[in-house]
Amino acid sequence: MPTYKKNKKSILSSIDVLPTGQEDTWLYTDIVKEHFFHPKNLIMDANKIKNYDGVGMIGSPACGDMMKMWIWVNKKTDRIRKLKWQTFGCASAIGATSMLSVMATEKGGMKIDQALKIQAQDITNRLGGLPIRKIHCSVLGDKALRSAINNYFLRSDQKQRIVEESARLIDKVSGVSDHDIEEAVLEGATTLEAVQKKTKVGIGNPIVIPEVEQLIRFYKEKYFG
Amino acid sequence: MPRKNIYLDYAATTPVDPVVLRAMAPYWSDKFGNPSSLYSLGLMAKQAVENARTDLAQILNCQAEEIIFTSGGTESIALAIKGLTYNFLTEKNKPHLIISAIEHHAVLHTAEHLAKQGFTVSIVPVDDDGIIMEPLLNRAIRPNTMLVSIMTANNEIGTLQPIQKIGANLTRVNMARQKSGLNKIYFHTDACQAAGALPLDVQKMHVDLLTINGSKIYGPKGVGLLYARRGTPLAPLIDGGGQEKNLRSGTENVPGIIGLAAALKLAQKNREKENRRLIILRDWLIKSILKKIPKTILNGHAEKRLPNNINISILDIEGEALLLYLDEVGVQASTGSACTSTTLEPSHVIRALGRPYEAAHGSLRFTLGKYTTKKDLEYLMTKLPDIVDYLRKGSPVRVDMASLEKSIRLAPKKIINLPC
Repeated sequence: MPTYKKNKKSILSSIDVLPTGQEDTWLYTDIVKEHFFHPKNLIMDANKIKNYDGVGMIGSPACGDMMKMWIWVNKKTDRIRKLKWQTFGCASAIGATSMLSVMATEKGGMKIDQALKIQAQDITNRLGGLPIRKIHCSVLGDKALRSAINNYFLRSDQKQRIVEESARLIDKVSGVSDHDIEEAVLEGATTLEAVQKKTKVGIGNPIVIPEVEQLIRFYKEKYFG
Repeated sequence: MPRKNIYLDYAATTPVDPVVLRAMAPYWSDKFGNPSSLYSLGLMAKQAVENARTDLAQILNCQAEEIIFTSGGTESIALAIKGLTYNFLTEKNKPHLIISAIEHHAVLHTAEHLAKQGFTVSIVPVDDDGIIMEPLLNRAIRPNTMLVSIMTANNEIGTLQPIQKIGANLTRVNMARQKSGLNKIYFHTDACQAAGALPLDVQKMHVDLLTINGSKIYGPKGVGLLYARRGTPLAPLIDGGGQEKNLRSGTENVPGIIGLAAALKLAQKNREKENRRLIILRDWLIKSILKKIPKTILNGHAEKRLPNNINISILDIEGEALLLYLDEVGVQASTGSACTSTTLEPSHVIRALGRPYEAAHGSLRFTLGKYTTKKDLEYLMTKLPDIVDYLRKGSPVRVDMASLEKSIRLAPKKIINLPC
């Protein structure tokens, strides 16, 4: 009599067509939940904030996510001493910003040059992953941080250090750049609808859609001929 | 303290009523026959299906043979819209359809699909309260219009549409069209959300096609019906053994059909009494939220709405976050925020009310049901204001209510034609 386990295995191995889309769920990891229900470095009263060194903001309520970030910098060590933030957005937006704030301030604070290099993917990895649909649209923390750091450079007379986003911002409302659209196309989103699913570009700001469509065509030809 | 579990999402789906479950019970393993079989076990199943059909026909005030059983609301809608219109699509003839801007995706996406197939579609706007703008509906009618589909009650905001009036008007329009040799305009209504709360007399409603499903009325999932007035030319979407007068092949879902009939009978029997109870609860909750939580707006008409529906936009915060915090305290609700939709577009229904994106992202829907008590809602109100306050404090957004109200007033209301 074969055991149940053996049976199960043989059934599984006989399936040659696996359902797709299984990896894309709405379920959040425990780390995301922890940061969503107990956000770190969230500031509840923005009026109380003072003497910060830089402030940045990205997104808009129209596109569903918006965040504001304040940083305090240790000028001697060029490290982020403190970071506070506020977010309008869903669980992944709140969780991702909270995680970013931890990454930037842990172990004595991150070097500014290092902080400028944080990517959405790094935050997602630390969260143990996010629902695929959510990655591009809700992880805006890295952008908000770069904007706050640039603001710090501006205020502290270090204009030469200001980093222009190498990518060009296409949709100011959703904070989506040409680079984001390129990534989305590379991941297989070759129609406007598909790119919007990944990035939210143009949602709440339809005026940019013609340019987005042009970029999709451009990257499609570049990568897929 | 044990974890609370307060289900306030009855518009999503309802639990099967024990009475319904009992009615279905014999048809799984005992009376399991195929209604198409000629021996007694088959005939028994056939008889049960036909009894269910007769019972349902009585509620709808129609003939039993005008009822087609399907797998649910979405399939009934597909059969009504595609089954009717595909009959008439030729090289020369590109029929025209009219729907409202707040139809369920089952109607909206079907219409959008047809617009890609050569049909033309007009989407008629609703007013700030979510009621269809009848003058624009009349203006949308064209010589080649062949179907109007307007839902009886909306699933998100609960608004009730003047179906009787629209139906009566279309009857008059059709009489005039007949004289001038134009085709009849058929009228379909999606009554899935309305079935438990409103009378469903298809004669009074003047509809040719009407959709109902089981899972919204304490019946089973996976079963629905389409009422199709005699003489309505439908083509099947599913071919096969010729069941359901050859309009919907496939062995009948016998327990499901029995359950659907039992559920609708029960719902209609208790309808008026239950409506009175729910309206009191509904209005209490609406009033409490609007009073206790600043910067909130009701979505949908205050009175012309389903007795169990509350939909409110809570400004400056996002619906999914709110929903998950509510779930943490044991309350289950729903939102029109983009973050819970697969397309990342916020609710088209809230947007159709002229509400801007930020109001749609912050919309919250509570739908009450037969197990909802005043205590449940009081408990909700002990939690909701604090959660909103917490999320608002952590949000950088401060929507200006005056400019929000202005943008609602000034939102353009016009017919959208597809393909555009």
